[in-house]
Amino acid sequence: MADATKLSLNELKDAAKAIRRLIIQITTEAGSGHPSSSLSAVEVVTALYFGGYLRHNKANPRDPKRDRFILSKGHAVPVLYAALCQAGYYSFEQIMTLRKLGSPFEGHPNMKRLDTMEASTGSLGQGLSLGVGHALACRLDGLDAHTYVMMGDGEMGEGQVWEAIATAEKYKLSNLTAIVDQNGYQQTGATKDVLDLKPFASKFDAFGWHTQVIEGNSMEAVLEGLAKARAVTDRPTAIVSQTKKGFGILPILEPTGDLNYHGKPLSKELAEKALAHLA
Amino acid sequence: MTIGAAAGLKLGKACRDAFGTALKDLGDEFPNLVTVDGDVGNSTRTEVFAKAFPSRGFNVGIAESNMVGVAGGLAAAGKIPVVSSFAVFLLANAYDQIRMSVAYPGMNVKLVGSHAGISIGEDGASQMGIEDVALACSMPGIVVVVPADATSTRLATRAMLEHVGPVYLRCGRIEVPDIYTADSEFKIGKANTVRDGKDVTIIANGLMVGISLDAAAALAAQGVNARVIDMHTIKPIDEAAIIKAATETGRIVVAEEHLMAGGLGSVVAGVVARTKPVPMEFVNLGDRYAESGDPHGLLQKYGLTAEAVVAAVEKVRSR
Repeated sequence: MADATKLSLNELKDAAKAIRRLIIQITTEAGSGHPSSSLSAVEVVTALYFGGYLRHNKANPRDPKRDRFILSKGHAVPVLYAALCQAGYYSFEQIMTLRKLGSPFEGHPNMKRLDTMEASTGSLGQGLSLGVGHALACRLDGLDAHTYVMMGDGEMGEGQVWEAIATAEKYKLSNLTAIVDQNGYQQTGATKDVLDLKPFASKFDAFGWHTQVIEGNSMEAVLEGLAKARAVTDRPTAIVSQTKKGFGILPILEPTGDLNYHGKPLSKELAEKALAHLA
Repeated sequence: MTIGAAAGLKLGKACRDAFGTALKDLGDEFPNLVTVDGDVGNSTRTEVFAKAFPSRGFNVGIAESNMVGVAGGLAAAGKIPVVSSFAVFLLANAYDQIRMSVAYPGMNVKLVGSHAGISIGEDGASQMGIEDVALACSMPGIVVVVPADATSTRLATRAMLEHVGPVYLRCGRIEVPDIYTADSEFKIGKANTVRDGKDVTIIANGLMVGISLDAAAALAAQGVNARVIDMHTIKPIDEAAIIKAATETGRIVVAEEHLMAGGLGSVVAGVVARTKPVPMEFVNLGDRYAESGDPHGLLQKYGLTAEAVVAAVEKVRSR
C-alpha cells in the first residue's frame, strides 16, 4: 500500500481548480447531473485524495488496507470521478462518458461497475451506516484503515443517519469520520427552509462524537480539520464543513438568479464562462 | 391436531432454533461470519452465536435501516454478515436499505427473517411477516429460501454461508415436524420431493410442507396419490421440478404461509403458465392480515390446514 499523495498547499489549490473544471466539463457534456452539489465538496475531496489522507492502491483499488471514502450524497459523484481522473485512475475521455448509455460513470456511484467506488449510493441517508460497517470490519481485522463518509446537509433529514451516528459512538469508532457538506441548499430550496435541523455540531456532540465546524471551501481550514480529526483516538469524528453550493463559479451562477442551481448542468455558454473563470 | 402427526412425523425444533444453533456451530469454520442484530437476537436466535463469539456479534439497537446498512459495509470489507430480525421488520422496514446497500451492489449479506407467517400467534398482525417473500423476490440477485424443518434449516444455513451473494432465509417461530435427516441433501435452487405420487402435486414450503404431508396421508386414504414437493428455494425457482410435476401429475396445488401476491404460488404459476399449463389451485393467506390468537387456532381460522390442502386437491382434480 502506497503512502497517501501529499501535495503542497499551492498544488492542492491547483488540483481543486482542475477538479472543478472537470466537474463542469463532464456534466455539461452529459447534459444533466449535479455540478453545484459537486463543486461545494471540492476542497474536502481534494484534501482527502491529495492532501495526505487517503492511502489507496491503483493496482488494487479494493486493497483491504486502503482508507475509504464513501460518498453518501451520491448525486455529487462528478467530484469523485473528477478527483479519480486527477489521480490518474481514469482518463478525461473516460469520465466524459458520464451518464451515457454503457458508461460505468453512472449518474450515481455504482460499485459493481467501478472498483474505485466504495458504495453504491443515491438513496440518501445510507452511507454512514456503510461506513460504520467498514470501520467495524477494519477494527476486527486489526487494520488501521480510516473510513470517511461525506453526507449532504439535506441528507441529514434521513432518520437512518442518526441511527448510524448513535451506533458509531456505541462502538467508539475512532477510525470513522463523518463529513457534512453543509452547502445550505437542497432540491427545492434552502435547507433551513425545507427542514431546518438547526446546528449539526451540537447534535453530533450530544451523541458523543468529536465535532468540528470548519470553513469547507478553504483548503487551509479543511487540512487543519482533517488533521484534528485523525488525531482523535477514542471516538468517531464529525466535520461540519460549511460550504457554498456552486463554490468556485458563483460569479457565473449569480446572474442566473439561481444560487442553488440544483440538478442541472451549465449550458455550453455558461460552462465556457465558468472554465474561463477557473483558468 | 399437531402438524405432521397424520403423516407419522414427530414434532421437532422450530426453524429459528435450528438456525441459531447452526450459526454457532459454523462460527469456527467461517471466521468471517459476523451477526448484526436489531435488538431481537434472543428472538431470532442469533444470540446463540453472539454469546459464543462475542467480538463478532453486533447489536445496533432498534434501528433496522442502519442495521442493514452496517451489514452492507461489513460485507464490502470482506465479512459475511448475517443480519436478522423479525421477517417483517427486516424486509418491510429496511426494504430500501436492502435494495441499495445489499441487492444492487450484490453484497454478500445474509438476511434472516424469523417470526415469519401468522403462526407466530398472539403478538398479532403487526409482527407477522406475510409479504416478506414477495419483497425479497422483488430484488434482483437475492436468493430466497424458506426451509420446512429444523434439519433443512441447519443445512440451509450452511448453504447460505457457502453461497456468495445476498440470501434471504425465512424462519418460523413455532415447532415443526422433522421431515429430513442429517444426511438429507439440501441444495439451493433444487427442490426436494418429500413424497412421491402420480395423481396430483402439492408444492409447498415452510411449515406448509408438514401440513401438506398430512394432507397427502388423508388423500392416500381416499386412493389419491399426491406428490409433495418441498420448494424450499423460491428464487432461483427449480423449474425442472415444476415442469416434471406438471407433466407427470397434470395438476398442481401450491401451499404457503404467505400472501397470494408475490409468493411461491405466484412464482410457480408463472413457470407453469410459461412451460406446461395445467390446472392449479392455491392455499395461502389470500389478501388479508391476520390477528392475535394461538398459532394453531390462527392456521385453522385462516385456512392453512391439511383440510384446506385436501379441498384444494379435490378442486383441482375436478377441473
